[in-house]
Amino acid sequence: MVIELEDICFAYPRREPVLKGVSFRLQPREKIGLIGPNGSGKSTLLHIIMGLLQPSSGTVRLFGRQARTEKEFREVRTRIGLLFQNADDQLFSPTVLEDVAFGLLNMGIKPSQAKRDAIKTLEELHLERMADRVTHHLSGGEKKLVALATVLVMKPEILLLDEPTTGLDEATDQRIIEILNGIEAGYVIVSHEYDFLALTTRTVYSFRDGKIINNGDSSLLHSHYHSHPAGIVHHSHAQSLK
Amino acid sequence: MREEFAIGDSSLHRLDPRLKIVAASALSIVVAVSTRFSALGVAVGLALILLAFARLPCGAIARHLVMVNGFVILFWIILPVSVPGTPWMHIGPIPLMREGLELAARLTIKSNAIVLAFIALVSTSSVVSLGGGMNRLRLPDKLVHLLLLTYRYLFVIQEEYERLKRAAVVRGFVPKTNLHTYRTYAFLVAILFIRAAARANRVQQAMLCRGFQGRFYSLQEYAFTPKDWMWAAGLGLAVAIIGIIEWMPGPWS
Repeated sequence: MVIELEDICFAYPRREPVLKGVSFRLQPREKIGLIGPNGSGKSTLLHIIMGLLQPSSGTVRLFGRQARTEKEFREVRTRIGLLFQNADDQLFSPTVLEDVAFGLLNMGIKPSQAKRDAIKTLEELHLERMADRVTHHLSGGEKKLVALATVLVMKPEILLLDEPTTGLDEATDQRIIEILNGIEAGYVIVSHEYDFLALTTRTVYSFRDGKIINNGDSSLLHSHYHSHPAGIVHHSHAQSLK
Repeated sequence: MREEFAIGDSSLHRLDPRLKIVAASALSIVVAVSTRFSALGVAVGLALILLAFARLPCGAIARHLVMVNGFVILFWIILPVSVPGTPWMHIGPIPLMREGLELAARLTIKSNAIVLAFIALVSTSSVVSLGGGMNRLRLPDKLVHLLLLTYRYLFVIQEEYERLKRAAVVRGFVPKTNLHTYRTYAFLVAILFIRAAARANRVQQAMLCRGFQGRFYSLQEYAFTPKDWMWAAGLGLAVAIIGIIEWMPGPWS
């Protein structure tokens, strides 16, 4: 088991609790989606997995070991890649190449090697032409793709993606779907777009009232809500409807 | 921070940023405490030589000098009439003091020499490599982080400010001299601070997620080349000469 959450509760100060006993497990290479309305605590859950927030009760186990203190989380953080909702929060180095290399340098990899690895990852995502661009001059879509590169370069065993396609155009959407379908690592995607989750995940958990209330095959979930605003985007229908 | 001088390929651009920081600091300290015109003259000469090596656009340098000397003009207006001493000449009934004029002249030479030296030495490096250099020089981490992150997020904060201002303008806001305007600007600044703090928090979280442990590493590898050593010796000698002229009794005084 890569991620095991048990009975997680969480409340922001002076506010209603957002998580009221969430339990959740993720196997290696499993690709799952979390769907729910705004403010339902999806991002909070990802931040708890990373140890950025401390749950008021419940346990977090990562790679089979319980994680509680900052030190314990620090040891496993580089094995989990979190893609933030806002790419501007993630890209803080002046140039793209430096930002992609940042995580590697933190892991103690030599600058020359880090540079090679960073360029390789950028090439894999067809972003190599952006290497020397200044991060704050990139477009929204470019920022998102570069942010994904900064996470993928660290070869995480598991990815956590927070609303990866919000506000992006269709072409960038497509790129992200292709990239996600092409990677071996498992991931958890938080989103409120059914179509996107149906194309990238196997299982979708629904998030409501601070709990994970149901789960199912993502194509089944997909079947009770359907429109074709993007007919050219490849998608599959639920078996039962065929 | 536009880094207009950082792009280039002169010998000064290629110099190790650590050396540039140390040299610029040493030179400014010596210049700041020197009083003899002979020493200050040598310093200006050195700054000009460095500038020639840096091969920077003259127009941009001139703009910077105009900015600096705008302040310096104030000294020329105030000091000759306020510093007590012996009158050197009179403008109408007002005596201009010799000591005040000398002081103003010193300040002018000092500030120009330091600015020119900084343009030639420090601004020919990008903020990032300077940050890396400061890190290698074991300057406090906090200082380095402040520099690097301010550099990165100044633009974002400015953009945020523009967005907020636009949001006010599209709802008919026209700045006037009244309480409503002051209140609006106060809200704007307040929300800017709140957002900046929230963003700082998120950025820190993003950094922690990628294994940040309180130290920035740079992709640039810092290796002192023989050329760097030559420059270090040259700059060291030049600063020492200014110091000797200033403090040794001799024919220069």
